[in-house]
Amino acid sequence: MDWYPLYNSLRIAAISTVAVFFLGILAAYYIAKLPRLVKGVLDVVLTLPLVLPPTVVGWLLLVLLGPNRPIGAWVQDHFGLRLVMTWWSAIFATVVVAFPLMYRTARGAFESFDHTLAEAAQTLGRSNTWIFWRVRMPVCRQGILAGTVLAFARALGEYGATSMIAGYTPGRTATISTTVYQLWRTDNDAEALRWVLVNIAISAVFLLAVNLLEARQRRAGKGGGR
Amino acid sequence: MALSVDIQKQLGDFRLEVRFEAGDETLALLGASGCGKSVTLKCIAGILTPDEGHIELDGVTLYDSAARIDLPPQRRRVGYLFQQYALFPNMTVRQNIAAAVRDKSRRQTEVAEKLRQFQLEAVADQKPGQLSGGQQQRCALARILASEPKAILLDEPFSALDSYLEYQLELELADTLGGFPGTVLWVSHDRGEVFRNCRRVCVMDRGRSQPVTTLEELFRSPGTEAAARLSGCKNYADARPTGDAVSLPDWGLTLSCGRPVPEGVRRIGIRAHHVRPAAPDGENCFACTVERVVEDVFSTIVLLRPEGAAPEAPLLRMELDKDVWQAVPDKARLTVSVPPEAILLLGS
Repeated sequence: MDWYPLYNSLRIAAISTVAVFFLGILAAYYIAKLPRLVKGVLDVVLTLPLVLPPTVVGWLLLVLLGPNRPIGAWVQDHFGLRLVMTWWSAIFATVVVAFPLMYRTARGAFESFDHTLAEAAQTLGRSNTWIFWRVRMPVCRQGILAGTVLAFARALGEYGATSMIAGYTPGRTATISTTVYQLWRTDNDAEALRWVLVNIAISAVFLLAVNLLEARQRRAGKGGGR
Repeated sequence: MALSVDIQKQLGDFRLEVRFEAGDETLALLGASGCGKSVTLKCIAGILTPDEGHIELDGVTLYDSAARIDLPPQRRRVGYLFQQYALFPNMTVRQNIAAAVRDKSRRQTEVAEKLRQFQLEAVADQKPGQLSGGQQQRCALARILASEPKAILLDEPFSALDSYLEYQLELELADTLGGFPGTVLWVSHDRGEVFRNCRRVCVMDRGRSQPVTTLEELFRSPGTEAAARLSGCKNYADARPTGDAVSLPDWGLTLSCGRPVPEGVRRIGIRAHHVRPAAPDGENCFACTVERVVEDVFSTIVLLRPEGAAPEAPLLRMELDKDVWQAVPDKARLTVSVPPEAILLLGS
């Protein structure tokens, strides 16, 4: 069995999770400070990929990044890089669909953060950077961890937009989800079943790890919470 | 060494106008909830920015709208004791205190000293959630003092505690602050707490500060109805000055004040414990019917209607020791008196 789709899916999900982790947290932190109207508009725009069909996201990405489209053509001219139909093209798709999950959970966590903690730290002479990394992030870690997990799971399972922007080329752009579809289409049920089982196994291990992590955190945080 | 504050800030319909000066003392900011006390503290600490004005601490300008000076909270050297203490829940007591020590080389010795001074050594490696209320307060104070502030702001320190614990903590807090050389601002709505811990007070009413007075002065002649209410006075009536007396149309009475009554007086206040059963022919005596009797924990509260009172006039509240009320022969109708000097003359 060729394990390339597993390797490719994992690296795409991992890279996009790292990207979404920082993007989502930064967006949540800064958008929370904006005036209400701007916040409302940005909120809708940034959450949209969560409710749009993946094919719509894929189409929009192709319109922006395709070889004859504005951004795609510019990158092609200046860097000689094609943005679509490579293994890392899928990262664009997974980042866009996973971002809202990270952004919304991080924002929820930041909104329930007791702002007097930050104010106290300021009066004690601590910089805003210190407060962010040493107080705000640790206090909000449950929500941020939940958002990261959701984002990774969503990125790992992405199919629609990925198949449009990266296509299916065995050994190059194939991921688990596009492979399963291709195997089903070509009536290769035995091989499809193997990949289905691999996918179920990864998801189960992943969820188990999250549950263990949460349980350990609950134990460690017992009495040390609010 | 002094704190000088003169600021204005508009918050929606609410306008804050505060002006006071404090030396190396514990100055009380006394006001009902929602009068702008917390906003004032936050402006001094730099958490909120006033619209206009000037704040100076020990000769350093913290804020000046004209000169465009607005130091960040980190550089103001103002310690802030929050209502719920705002201890970092993810850090131990030791780490909480260490976070406040600015000089890295002295951090360890400073933390050790504060842990010892505030009797926190036994819980040094516990998190705030595992501490008792008293330990939390000590930890918060240790943290503030570790940051070497020039002034300390206390934001209703006992608002969330039961009264027994509150009293214990109040004594501890008073001891700690007794050794602090700079200015302490003690924000409260509780006149008892303020009376026990401060010598001077700035009364705040609906966003406006009144001139700083001593506590004795506040209770003897509060000057305004807001100050009188905060000092615990329960009875108020519209008044017209008539020489050394006031005429009170609501109650159909004229009461002697034993001193010339200024023209500007429009209201008077009478403390409930200054109303006393009396013989019918003394000074400032008047007959009342008893409308209602309420037994309080250690006293009896009697609501009276002066016999000449208008129908919609407020009732007069009298507070007596229980045995004094027991000794009153007629509990339906009685004569009471108010000493002339006990009538509080209030301007608008």
